[in-house]
Parts: sequence; structure tokens; C-alpha cells
Amino acid sequence: MLYYRLFIAFILLSVSAAGHARDSLRMATTTSTDNSGLLKVLHPPFEAQHDIRVDVIAVGTGKALRLGEQGDVDIVFVHAPDAEQAFVEAGFGVKRYPVMHNDFVIVGPEGDPAGIGVLTSASQALKQLAESQAVFISRGDDSGTHKKEKSLWNEAGIEPGGDWYLAVGQGMGAVLKIADDKGAYALTDRGTYLAYQDKIQLKVVVEGAPALFNPYHVIMVNPEKHPHVNRQAAEAYIDYIRSEAGQLIIRNFKVAGKQLFHPDVIP
Amino acid sequence: MDYFSQAIAEALVLVLSLDAEVYTVVWTSIYISILAVCLAAVTSIPLGIVISLKSFPGKPLLLQVLNTLMALPTVVVGLLLYGLLTRQGPLGELGMLYTPLAMILGQWILVSPIICNLTVSAVSSADPRLHTTCMTLGAGTWQQGLVFMSELRLGLMAAVVAGFGRAIGEVGVAMMLGGNIEGFTRTMTTAIALETSKGEFELALALGMLLLLVAFVVNGFLFRLQRKSR
Repeated sequence: MLYYRLFIAFILLSVSAAGHARDSLRMATTTSTDNSGLLKVLHPPFEAQHDIRVDVIAVGTGKALRLGEQGDVDIVFVHAPDAEQAFVEAGFGVKRYPVMHNDFVIVGPEGDPAGIGVLTSASQALKQLAESQAVFISRGDDSGTHKKEKSLWNEAGIEPGGDWYLAVGQGMGAVLKIADDKGAYALTDRGTYLAYQDKIQLKVVVEGAPALFNPYHVIMVNPEKHPHVNRQAAEAYIDYIRSEAGQLIIRNFKVAGKQLFHPDVIP
Repeated sequence: MDYFSQAIAEALVLVLSLDAEVYTVVWTSIYISILAVCLAAVTSIPLGIVISLKSFPGKPLLLQVLNTLMALPTVVVGLLLYGLLTRQGPLGELGMLYTPLAMILGQWILVSPIICNLTVSAVSSADPRLHTTCMTLGAGTWQQGLVFMSELRLGLMAAVVAGFGRAIGEVGVAMMLGGNIEGFTRTMTTAIALETSKGEFELALALGMLLLLVAFVVNGFLFRLQRKSR
């Protein structure tokens, strides 16, 4: 009988866990903010202050915006300025607020065999990669980084394809690992690269070009389109993340001793 | 060898550290899968018994379809339910997407064909005299069903255990319908997928070992339960 009682108790416990409703702010964000560990230090003070959970769904920027369009989340925190603009203009989002930025870099194998390190323009560097047929790993997942990569190829006037161009359809960390294994080049946000630095041999070969600027914005999903959006919590979150407290957490967040993101509101 | 020894060390640390995050993930995995399997057992065992006892036109086709559904890719179930549960979908009003309920629903769909099929085969492999005896004693469909359930409990338990294995080890539904939200819908499998994508291979493998351990314990419990009921 003991086992039966245990079993019944267990089922009841499970049902109560599954039926447990709670107040939450649902956020779609990119893997780069979540995987770096930033949100883990940024959210607890906000959650404690407002007594609300932030449910983070970490996907590529393309999918994050799609979730916003469909009203499956309350807020999006992404990095693809053009797509964000279109999102707000189409009425899916209310307003874009700048939060922080870092930059993209092109990483490659030690010694830079394709010799792109001397170039100061990102699209020129990609052009040279294509000409030398050096292996390039692409996210290929419509993420913010992939969108940036596509715009750079576009600028270079090249339609990438062929044996040397591998679109793997995975997250940034996985792409860095693959590029590292294959001795290939890749475009990455600096944050993820720093977080992976001690696991891979890849080196930064192109950096500092204006086209490689990587801004992050937070946008509340339009409550007029989706009435169930948790407007109060979303507005409180935007206030918090742009407040001095939130911005300081972003500035002080370090991985392996290096700052990953630069706040936009405070200097 | 470094890779494996490190993974084993990580696994030990995970189990021994009593880390709240790890236990939340384990508990989420267990309760979601158990509920999904219970739901599937309640609906599919009777269905399986009825299917195998009755003869009706199209039965071979139905069995073939049921067999095919066992191969249902988890991601496809995820996609179908996603389309239904998203706010723009027919059931969007319920706001069920990215909740444990959505995952339970998805796993229920995944597990049902398995339990149903294995029930059908358990009944078909039963002593043919069982059915005739029931008939001669004038048992109705319900009574027959109860007799079969108690006579075939070994086979039915095997069906439930197989269903549980499918539920706790799947990642497609959990990821697509749960969203891998930390502390809410993150299960062991989605945590493994996440750690793998972050390049934390040792940690991912350690979580994999933990999953097997949990499945081992739960199965042990189920078998105990069954032995007690003899």
C-alpha cells in the first residue's frame, strides 16, 4: 500500500506543479544575451523589486521578433536594427529603447591564412575570404548575427555559396566551436567570443570597422495588437534596464575579467 | 579520456552539490513526463484493449497508422501544437504556449501511440482462452476490459515504461512548446541541448548521465509498484 500512497501523492504533487499559475513577464531575447550569463545577474533585482518572474525564451533575433509579432511574448530584447525598425513600423512593437552595445568581430585561425587582417572594412574582408575560398561558417539561422552577415555580403556584392561556405543553422557558441574545429572563419559578437575564448584557438582578425557596431534594443510588444501583453511589467522592465542600477549591472558584468556589453544610457 | 573523466566528475558534482537549479530541472522533467504518461495510459490502454478485442472494417489500416505514429518525430508534434497554441492560433486564447501544460499535451500525443500499440500486442499475445472464457461467462465489454487489465498487467506495465522512456528522453516538444524557460519549463533534455550549444560538453554529458539515473530510479519505482500489486 505504501507504494500506492506514494504514487498518488506524487501525482497530486505533479498536478499542483503543472497547474501552478503565476505572474510573469515573458521575454524573447537572443542567445548572445542569455548564453553570456548577463540576464542571470540583471534580472534578480528586478524580480525581487516587482515580485514578478521574468521568463526568458532565448532564440535567434528573427524568431524572437516573430514571437513578438504573434503576441507570444510581452517584450523583445534583440540586436538587429533594420528588422527592429520594421517590427515597430508594422505596429507590432511600441518603441525601441537602446540598452547597450558591443561589436561584431571576424574571427579566424591563428596566422590568418586568408590575409584579411590588414583590411579595415568588414565587407572588403568578406570579399577577400570569398576570393581565397577560405572556409567560412555561417549561423544560417536568421539571427541578428546572421542578418548582419547577410548585409555585409550584400555590401560586398557577393552571393556566398560553394564548398567553402557552410551555413550550419546553430547558435553562436556552436558556430565558434565548429569554426574552431575546421580552422575556419566566422562572424561573431564579441561577447560570445570572449565567453568562449579559453575553449577555442580562434583569433580576432577584423575588428573596429563601423559596420561591425552591434546595438541591443528592448521593445514592448504592442498591447493594442495583443491585449494580453503584460504592459505594466514590460514598462517597469524597460524603466529598470535603462535605470542607473540596471545600466551599472550591464557595465560591471564581466566574463573572464572582460566587459562584454557597454551601457547606452550611462557613459 | 579527459573528456569523459571530466564529464563523470561533473555528474558527481551535480548530484552531490544539491544545486537548486539542477533539482528544479530534474523535477520539471519528471513531473511533466509522469503526468503525460499517466494521461496517455488512461486514454490509450482502454483504447488498445477495445481495438484488439473488436473486429471492424479498416482495423488493419488503423493498426498500421498506429504503428506509423510511433515514429512521429517529436519536432513535428511540437510544430503542430505550436500552430494551435500560439496567440494567433485557434487555441491561442488559452495562453498555453511556453507552459508545462503545453509540454504535457505534446508528450501525451507522443506517448499515446506507443502505449496503445503495446497494449494491442499485449492483448493479442494473451492466452486466447481468456477471451473465450470471458465470453462464456457472459462478461460485458467493461468487465472484459477489467479482466484483461489485471491479467495483462505485466505487458501493460511494459507499455507504460516504454512510454515514459519516450517522454523523458525527448527534446523536440519540450523545446518548442516549453521554450526552455529557466525554473519553469527547462527540462533535463533542453538543458542538455542548451549546454551543448554553449560548448559546455562535459556539463551536458553529465546532465545526460543524470537523466539516465533518474529514469533508472523511476523505472525501479514502477516495477516495485507492479510487484506489490501481484
